[in-house]
Amino acid sequence: MKKTSIPLHRNPKLRSLAVQVSLLFLVFYALFSLYSTTVSNLEDRGIKTSIGFFDEIAPFKVGYSPFLDFKLGETTYIEVFFIGVMNTLLVAILGIIAATFLGFFIGILRTSNNWIASKFALVFVETFRNMPLLLQIMFWNFAIFLAFLPPPKKSIEMGLFYLNSRGLHTPLPVIEDNILSFIWFGIIIATIIGAFIFAKRAKNNFERTGKSVPVFYYSLIAIFGIGFLSFFALGKPLGVEIPVLGKFNFKGGGQLPLPLFSLWFALTVYTSAFIAENVRAGISSISKGQIEAARSIGLSRAQMVRMVILPQALRVVIPPTISQYLNLTKNSSLAIAVGFEEVVAVWANISLNQTGQALIIIAMTIIFYECCSLLTSFILNMYNKRVQIAGR
Amino acid sequence: MTSTTAPKNSIDTDNAPIITIDKLNKWYGKFHVLKDIDLSVNKTEKIVICGPSGSGKSTLIRCINRLEVHQEGSIIVDGTELTDDVKHINEIRSDVGMVFQHFNLFPHLTVLENCTLAPIWVRKKSKIEADEIGMELLTKVRIPDQAHKYPGQLSGGQQQRVAIARALCMQPRVMLFDEPTSALDPEMIKEVLETMIELAESGMTMLVVTHEMGFANKVADRVIFMDEGQIVEQNDPGNFFNNPKSDRTKLFLSQILEH
Repeated sequence: MKKTSIPLHRNPKLRSLAVQVSLLFLVFYALFSLYSTTVSNLEDRGIKTSIGFFDEIAPFKVGYSPFLDFKLGETTYIEVFFIGVMNTLLVAILGIIAATFLGFFIGILRTSNNWIASKFALVFVETFRNMPLLLQIMFWNFAIFLAFLPPPKKSIEMGLFYLNSRGLHTPLPVIEDNILSFIWFGIIIATIIGAFIFAKRAKNNFERTGKSVPVFYYSLIAIFGIGFLSFFALGKPLGVEIPVLGKFNFKGGGQLPLPLFSLWFALTVYTSAFIAENVRAGISSISKGQIEAARSIGLSRAQMVRMVILPQALRVVIPPTISQYLNLTKNSSLAIAVGFEEVVAVWANISLNQTGQALIIIAMTIIFYECCSLLTSFILNMYNKRVQIAGR
Repeated sequence: MTSTTAPKNSIDTDNAPIITIDKLNKWYGKFHVLKDIDLSVNKTEKIVICGPSGSGKSTLIRCINRLEVHQEGSIIVDGTELTDDVKHINEIRSDVGMVFQHFNLFPHLTVLENCTLAPIWVRKKSKIEADEIGMELLTKVRIPDQAHKYPGQLSGGQQQRVAIARALCMQPRVMLFDEPTSALDPEMIKEVLETMIELAESGMTMLVVTHEMGFANKVADRVIFMDEGQIVEQNDPGNFFNNPKSDRTKLFLSQILEH
């Protein structure tokens, strides 16, 4: 033995290896015993854990399934799962979009010099982030919308949109001719690509000559103009289904039932209060010197916000906002309170009660939420990398 | 495009003051920071303002481009009076360059982009033209090779020289310096002061708040000593340093020149 050798139990590498191996063993043992206990408990009740129930017909009704047609007596359990998943994704995406806009708006108001604006934002934030979300969902649904929205016959009309105590009814495009619709979509996409090429050339031109073109408006006019013209030239390949008042409620068109509407509204308001605080933190993280420098070179207030404040604030705002997006997606499971049929309600609750397949159903639900979260944070982390500052 | 620096006025051009400050008073809450300041600055004149901390010297020059709002008196810059009128404020700001103690470069933009931001968006120049001006001025402050780096990758002295170039890109009529060397190491102070001396020699009108008495002696046409919000004494550097009139100035000079 050499002089420098140390006894095995005092070698830090070996010690840490031993600890890690035994910990790993314990974790696996715990998972395995959990699994085997659950399986044997289920078997004691006569439930054999298997995915055979996927193809069985679901014996209950799912009221809202805009993407997969639900037919009682035909739709299987696995289709119910996908209906739930899509309903969750629908409310999550609608909520994330609305909460981002509302959150940035409130957050910028909060940092405003205008006393009324900033105090209004303060009250908004402190009200909605301090109340339990479940309470808010029930409040909007039962105390406000259900109580104050008119019955279908007296719906609030907003163009072709109708809002009543059953929900929001919207016009819905319907494909009338497959091939012509396809051609029409092709034309629209080609116009959008053209607009991008135009924008790129306009930018090069701006850098060369300093002459700027209102690219955004030109593109908008081109896309809408060509869209309209080709739509009529192709003989209206798409129809629009307008909701029509029936005996009890509107029929046809798109529908956001009241539970979905209330859930979306509550999630938006609740999450936007947190996003507003992130935005405020981002803006206040910018030193006063940056603002003074921007002012001293003559930038206008709007130019300062766009070129100096926001690019620097975003890198502070994005990471915590990712968590808010994830929270919103997970919080949508509280829909169970108002009866919106998202994945926890139709899958982890009703389907589980019906089949007793706890292990598979809970595992699938967990994996679904994990995938959502990982995908969201992956996308936003990519974006976050783009706005980071070099040399820091 | 003519020249990228200030118009090279010779002394014989019209001697109308470019900045006229009349009975200026400012309060921070109840604290009276500036008391009845009268000051007029001629074109191409170089003025060094010194005084103990809290004497109001920074506040005074920050009033000139409206980073601070004064309550009484008037400030007229190049014929335009500073009021709440946003149009006037923006006009004056684009004509008055400012260099800060802590540089305040934009960390998310490259050195060159820092210089071209205002020419492009305020002066509406093309990017190519702005890049040319930017490179010309970066060459003038002797860091053209750093143009595509970010401020965080430069030393303090280099950053301050970029800040000077950024202000000069707007072709200002007046340059304000708010303790430009106070945050720098001694060897970096030298490179920044050299840049400022060259700028002074090119005929720029400059107001400099600094404790660099060597710089004041060499460059200033007039040295102003401020204390407790008032101008205590102003004189040419020779007389200011060799026979100061007030006791307060003598005390200040003895403290600052001792080491």
